[in-house]
Amino acid sequence: MHILKILFKNAFRHKLRTGLTIISIMIALLAFGLLRTVINAWYAGVEASSAYRLVTRNAVSIIFPLPFSYKDKIRQVDGVSEVSWGNWFGGIYIDEKNFFANFAVDARTYFDLYREYGISDDQKTAFMRDRKGFVAGRKLAQRFGWKIGDTVVLKGTIFPGNWEFVMRGIYRGRDPNADETVFVFHWDYLNESLKKASSTRVDQVGFYMVGIRDPSRAISTADSVDSLFKNSYAETITETEKAFTLGFVAMSDAIITAIELVSFVVIIIILAVVANTVAMAVRERTNEYAVFKTLGFGGWRISGLILGESIVITMMGCAFGIAATYPAAEAFGKAMGAYFPVFHVSLRTIVLDVVFSLTVGILASLIPIYRTLKMRIADGLRMVE
Amino acid sequence: MIPVLSDISFDISEGEFLALMGPSGSGKSTLLNLIAGIDQPDSGSIMIGGIDVTTMSETELAHWRALNVGFIFQFYNLIPVLTAFENVELPLILTSLSRDERREHVEMALKVVGLSDRMDHYPGQLSGGQEQRVAIARAIVTDPAILVADEPTGDLDRVSAEEIMDLMDRLNRESKKTIIMVTHDPRAAKKAHVVRHLDKGILTNAHSQDTL
Repeated sequence: MHILKILFKNAFRHKLRTGLTIISIMIALLAFGLLRTVINAWYAGVEASSAYRLVTRNAVSIIFPLPFSYKDKIRQVDGVSEVSWGNWFGGIYIDEKNFFANFAVDARTYFDLYREYGISDDQKTAFMRDRKGFVAGRKLAQRFGWKIGDTVVLKGTIFPGNWEFVMRGIYRGRDPNADETVFVFHWDYLNESLKKASSTRVDQVGFYMVGIRDPSRAISTADSVDSLFKNSYAETITETEKAFTLGFVAMSDAIITAIELVSFVVIIIILAVVANTVAMAVRERTNEYAVFKTLGFGGWRISGLILGESIVITMMGCAFGIAATYPAAEAFGKAMGAYFPVFHVSLRTIVLDVVFSLTVGILASLIPIYRTLKMRIADGLRMVE
Repeated sequence: MIPVLSDISFDISEGEFLALMGPSGSGKSTLLNLIAGIDQPDSGSIMIGGIDVTTMSETELAHWRALNVGFIFQFYNLIPVLTAFENVELPLILTSLSRDERREHVEMALKVVGLSDRMDHYPGQLSGGQEQRVAIARAIVTDPAILVADEPTGDLDRVSAEEIMDLMDRLNRESKKTIIMVTHDPRAAKKAHVVRHLDKGILTNAHSQDTL
């Protein structure tokens, strides 16, 4: 007879109780998995950032622009390989709830710098040729059913008016963390339109994206860029793309911390549930453990029986929880795609699920093990179910 | 603290069948537990086969019990989720026997108690007498020198009780097991070679069945 068989048989003596406990663990781990995935999604931009890119922005704030003329100076800095630029456009498609990121970018350099966005040469050429053209990520195009050649109108918020664009390309992420929900169009289109309207915002960019040759020299290259504009009317701050993105994430720090706390509270709750189940099961079978001891089962074996039963319950809940996390995350990701462009259950989340389940299984069995080992056989034998 | 047993000193010969009788609360089960190494006295010594079991640690006692003592309880104490075969196999898990060897031993033990055809039955599918026979098979499967039985017929009807006592008698006579049995039942005690009475923790002199 395999000891494992005893563990499973013991675990399922009270099918309803064990089943409910397993369901509790499953739901708790599902919640834990989703919360961890939300946190990961928050950091997806950070994960996706390239070590070969710097971002230069106005030293006062990202909302203040920089002169377009800076691009030539930045390009001449030692270690800089490419310079691209862009503006956050903030356009609304039909309704505010259809939120997605949209940028005016330099079409000539953008896709050279963002190689993780894969676009076919034909579509890239078509985009370059059409001043009103735009390229959207695969998920964004799917979300609104856009096809090549479709006309899309965005209502400007920062740049007022109705802006008409023609879809010329769809890019695909070359790695799982690449954001496939971005909308990019020609910065030239924006700038020329502003010129026509005699706007004071002509020839100004929101940020520069700076390609560098050597990531190990990122800090010195960034310092070199910033020193160019020291004491100018628009001083700059240049930082790695990762640091730049982390700056945005840091704005939501309190929310992320709260989600993290809740995810760990969930684990404490399942610890209480499993501990209760194991304690009840062991107490009901005090007499049997006394029999095991009588037959010569030592402390390690008795502990193994109780610990094993606890782990069988928690790991079954864990397996079901992990299995449920994937479809739930996919559904959640689809529903919240506008806010979480990258929503994948990470391997780290699964490892945490397993580690926490094992920990809960072990901790939940400690008190029942202690009590059973301390129990005198004669006292245990006197207890009849 | 009220002493349960005091000033008790007696010998049990190898191969003897001893019945301990007495009113409830007289200390019979406590004495049995002490002899079987599942309880420890506050003072004194218990020598079994030249070994003082009172000096052993918990772990040593567990090992000693597994090798030397078979237990038969009033309420059988079988594990309800295990079959008769698996219940009998339990003590063998502690040995180094292979799976096939364990099977051989279990089948032999169940054959001795006449339950070869009930191997795959769960305790809930057996009668009281059959459950007690499974418990006896579990007690003898490791071939211990000593069998201790606490009211083995206490939960059985008369016919089943007689079958169990016949079986124990056979184990004593044919397999030379030393049996120490606590019982309230004079009919069960008749199978024993020697009967001792306990009253308020005092043990009377031994008397053979001829004088009972």
